[in-house]
Amino acid sequence: MKKKIATVSLAGCFGCHMSLLDIDERILELLKLAEFERSPVNDIKKFRGRCDVGLVEGGCCNEENVHTLLSFRQNCDVLVGVGQCAVMGGLPVMRNAIMHSDEPLKDCLETAYLNSPYVYNPTNDIPNDPALPLILDKVYTCSEVVKMDYLIPGCPPTGDVLWQTLTALLGGNLAGLPKDIVKFD
Amino acid sequence: METEALVRQACKKFENDKGRMMDVLWELQNTLGCIDDHSMEIVARELKTSRVAVEGVVTFYSFFSREQKGKIILRVCDDIIDRHAGSEKIASAFSEELGVPIGGTSSDKTFSLEYTPCIGMSDQAPSALINGVPITNLTPESARDTAKELIKGVCPSSLVKKTGDGNNSHELIKSMVNNNIQKRGEVLLSTDVSKSAGLDAALKLSSPDVIKEIIDSGLRGRGGAGFPTGEKFRLARNTNSDKRYVICNADEGEPGTFKDRVLLTERADLLFDGMTIAAHAIGSNAGIVYLRGEYAYLLPYLESVLAERRSAGLLGKSIRRKKDFDFDIRIQLGAGAYICGEESALISSLEGLRGEPKNRPPFPVEKGYMGKPTVVNNVETFCCVARIMENGAAWFSAIGTKASKGTKLLSICGDCTKPGVYEVPYGLTVSELLVMVGAHDTTIVQVGGAGGVMVGKSSFGRKICVSDLATGGAIMVFGANRNVLGIVDYFLEFFSEESCGYCTPCRVGVIFLRERIKKVMQGLADKADLGYLRDLSKTIKMTSRCGLGSSAPNCVINSIDEFPLVYSSHMREKSDGFAAGFDIQKALDESRRIAKRTSMIYDPVYGEERGLGE
Repeated sequence: MKKKIATVSLAGCFGCHMSLLDIDERILELLKLAEFERSPVNDIKKFRGRCDVGLVEGGCCNEENVHTLLSFRQNCDVLVGVGQCAVMGGLPVMRNAIMHSDEPLKDCLETAYLNSPYVYNPTNDIPNDPALPLILDKVYTCSEVVKMDYLIPGCPPTGDVLWQTLTALLGGNLAGLPKDIVKFD
Repeated sequence: METEALVRQACKKFENDKGRMMDVLWELQNTLGCIDDHSMEIVARELKTSRVAVEGVVTFYSFFSREQKGKIILRVCDDIIDRHAGSEKIASAFSEELGVPIGGTSSDKTFSLEYTPCIGMSDQAPSALINGVPITNLTPESARDTAKELIKGVCPSSLVKKTGDGNNSHELIKSMVNNNIQKRGEVLLSTDVSKSAGLDAALKLSSPDVIKEIIDSGLRGRGGAGFPTGEKFRLARNTNSDKRYVICNADEGEPGTFKDRVLLTERADLLFDGMTIAAHAIGSNAGIVYLRGEYAYLLPYLESVLAERRSAGLLGKSIRRKKDFDFDIRIQLGAGAYICGEESALISSLEGLRGEPKNRPPFPVEKGYMGKPTVVNNVETFCCVARIMENGAAWFSAIGTKASKGTKLLSICGDCTKPGVYEVPYGLTVSELLVMVGAHDTTIVQVGGAGGVMVGKSSFGRKICVSDLATGGAIMVFGANRNVLGIVDYFLEFFSEESCGYCTPCRVGVIFLRERIKKVMQGLADKADLGYLRDLSKTIKMTSRCGLGSSAPNCVINSIDEFPLVYSSHMREKSDGFAAGFDIQKALDESRRIAKRTSMIYDPVYGEERGLGE
């Protein structure tokens, strides 16, 4: 039976998913080894069964991210954090630097939606639709929320790195990556 | 303009030599109460250096300040031993009486109150320095009385009602500090120590023969690293140079150490004798004692001993009428930086720089002070050198163990009935030591200060010697009522304060270690966190630039090894699938408050959990 891969972008920019497409024609070979389950690649939004490998892009900035990440942990045998945001928080984690304020989260929202130059917000509202997931007090890396099995750095990790990671994981023999292809930026 | 004239005068006093920056800054701090930006500019101009170089030095040392300090500065010792003895109560008693917040200065600029790391009085804790005058064995009541007297205008030196034992009552010291010598050995603290017999014996020998005698004695450095002293002398002598230096490291900043204080008080002559012998051995004509700022109260006395030796022909030109032997010693006062006890940082400080360690190699014996071969040794080591020359290598090497010769001074403090200084032969086991100092129900013996070894009950059979528990002499005893993790947290706090900030593993790594230890203390850690602590400790040890960084994680690794049950009792098993330490409810609290609504996912409605269907 083919192995199953699930992927998701949490507080990320989808850049890591774009990078996944950089494996180019090798995607045909990949599909011989495995099929995509819950993933933006095929727009399947729910887990229908257990997966062998889960790739997680981005960290957690709101409750939905947490919920999704936990379901990945529960449904995937091997969970891999992909890219700087998943590993260290990336760009979103910059808001954690607001720490000398009594109300850091309020400061963050006001800066983003009200007080910054170039903000056009005639109603002066901070988005608060009931359908919007609640934002967390700070951005958490994936490892802070659930146990992660592997973390692949890079912004984004190159197609080559993702290709090697996936093929090795599917073959059951991931023993690190060659130094020269791992990049941290 | 008055400031300008004062600053220029201070610079001139030290010949506008930028190598004497520390002295210039001390002068300014003492006369002006601060070294502000304006003064820094003048200093830079006068010493022909950049303003930023001056600022770098001013901001490095905790006894220098840019902001105006009070006329009277109270520094409460914040050592772990003092904390256990109630230093926080002392500080708040001072704070209440004087109306000054801890870490602040009164609005009329009369009083400043702050914490300072170990001031070397842990055997008479809690203690404080008031304008440099040590006030020991404080209680909240005596602290209040002291504060009241200060408000009345009593000068800090008049706070000393009863002077301590031995030379602490000398008219140039007049301090309430006690030596607390609990055990005298035959090498350093025996009562028949001569002032110059060592030097006289050494001057009868040629320099190589002196070095040979020291090598034969098996003497190793007493600072903690245990490098063979004779070998150090030989290397310095064999390095080609027109000038060589002898430097004594009297910057004992290791928390819980105070034995050098006792030697400086009671054996100053022996120290200077040892330094002079070293000068004869390596061919040096200049020596420096780097005295920690906390011991400034000993300075007038030490200067008087030097003056006496000069007039007795034991220092200065043609020592003991030897035409070709000139040697003199000056004392450099430090300014409150633990890192300056590291020899290369000490040399940086002596050169008028920030007290940052230098890259090694080259080692100081090749390129030290001012780039010249330099021997840097601890106070105790120089004292031993003098005694070896007096009594011979065979006498010395008959004491101690096979690899660790002679006696060792131990500063013992903490939960024991007889804290103080002990001179014991090397090879003493920890349990013998505990009996000697009257310690009961001991759980931890911290050997070698904050960066030393944490010894638990199962290892009380270990021996104090170079090949087992090597130490500069700091021994802290902790009883069963002390919190192991609290002690580890204290040490990490200490290291994060004292890191010079030059290299990342030490500057950042120690902060991360502390964060993780806090997580353990809060019961939020799991097994993976212990792995993280071990890995990070290993990285810091391997990649730090100097000994401070590489010894900072010792307390973490030791405590995990020695007290695994303490750690495991803090672990919490979780069933919600989240990583240890992650609390979704806490993470959402602020958001709920701001958005004025509940969570779609994590707040149950009518008893059932809503979900997004995942």
